[in-house]
Amino acid sequence: MIRLLVHGVGDNVAVAVSDIKGRDVARGLNMETGEEFEIESNADIPFGHKIALMDFKVDDTVIKYDSDIGRVVAEIKKGDHVHVQNVKTKRW
Amino acid sequence: MKEFKFMGYRRENGRVGVRNHVLILPLDDISNAAAEAVASNVKGTLAIPHGYGRLQFGEDLELFFRTMTGTGRNPNVAAVVVIGIEEGWTKRLVDGIAETGKPVSGFAIERHGDLKTIEAASRKALEYVKDATELQRTKCGASELYVSIKCGESDTTSGLASNPTVGEAVTTLIDMGGTVSFGETSEITGAEMVVVERAATVEVGEEFYRVWKAYDDFINEMKTDDLSDSQPTKGNIAGGLTTIEEKAFGNIQKIGKTPKYVGVLKPAEEPKGKGLWYMDTSSAAAEAVTLWMASGAVIHLFPTGQGNVIGNPVTPVIKLSANPITVKTMSEHIDLDVSDILKGKLSLEKAGEMLIDVIRRTANGRATAAEALGHREFVLTKLYRSA
Repeated sequence: MIRLLVHGVGDNVAVAVSDIKGRDVARGLNMETGEEFEIESNADIPFGHKIALMDFKVDDTVIKYDSDIGRVVAEIKKGDHVHVQNVKTKRW
Repeated sequence: MKEFKFMGYRRENGRVGVRNHVLILPLDDISNAAAEAVASNVKGTLAIPHGYGRLQFGEDLELFFRTMTGTGRNPNVAAVVVIGIEEGWTKRLVDGIAETGKPVSGFAIERHGDLKTIEAASRKALEYVKDATELQRTKCGASELYVSIKCGESDTTSGLASNPTVGEAVTTLIDMGGTVSFGETSEITGAEMVVVERAATVEVGEEFYRVWKAYDDFINEMKTDDLSDSQPTKGNIAGGLTTIEEKAFGNIQKIGKTPKYVGVLKPAEEPKGKGLWYMDTSSAAAEAVTLWMASGAVIHLFPTGQGNVIGNPVTPVIKLSANPITVKTMSEHIDLDVSDILKGKLSLEKAGEMLIDVIRRTANGRATAAEALGHREFVLTKLYRSA
């Protein structure tokens, strides 16, 4: 079953559409291309939360909806939970 | 794209409506009792009582008249009986509505009293109902529809699924030559530069930015904390939204990927042509839908996450949701369930087609959940306190 959705072709995060537990191998769907993929999660990813589709360094940009949604403030590995602990707005 | 056809009401000024209301419109709160009495006497009329209309001034008064006049002018309205406390402002409202060519009359309570006013207004309403019920729907096209959009009680399913579904439908409606309006100035915060770029011309983008900046300045002046509770909110964060940008981008999925807005409207201002328009509105649901109805929108699309239940007395509100809990526990309020998007079983394209079909059927006369449940929220936007 599909447990992750990706909005745009350029996105580097996916959103959980069902609660994912750490070490789960989750199946995802890119809504724009229709392509499916699989990724192993390093942490619990609750419904609505994001998972990293690649490794990020500090100051990298998170892309969702093919748009810049924030700046990485702590190193992220592919499969990590992406949220307020490692991403902040660039606004202030 | 070829426009879909539907059976609608073509009004005297050529505008097309999808409902056929006879309104008993109180100009001010003092006239509510008389208006409700008339609506009780004459079946098939709809009174719209409200809380304002006295001692407003300046831009606030202009907005008030624009909203009340627009309500009467809306193409979903066949005829209007206006009741006000005194003649001057009552005539102003009547004249504003009469410009459309539709039947409208005014009755002032001063020098007559409630009871004589109720009698005179009821006799007129009777005449209007008989005439309005004889009007027939005729063949119209989607290019003649003006649809407004706003989301509410949003959660992560909104940005994921229900908002992009609306975006698909909006792209289709614009392609068909229709008119659509979006707004919610506060919710754009975080994506305002992207919205500037979605303007059809540089001037329109600058006008939008000016409107957004005025709102942002006002918030910064009036706020009492650092807004960490609202951009995003604690509820948004618990739900997975990380930054204000992410929230705003999820929000503007509603306008699709390609349409460009051709102009910026004041609250309750009628669009001057077809296409996509930006309107300066708040995010308060009933206030915003009321403003759009007053600008002439005949259908409103309302994607919801947690389950917003509002409707509008004049304009049918279509509710869609992708939240599997909402569509089950609040099913009576939902017109379109798109929760299958979250299972990967429904594409955004197909969901957009389903929504276009709901719009077509609503235009043809199918009642929305909000209409059938009697949700008639009519809320005036007030800019500042009365004199």
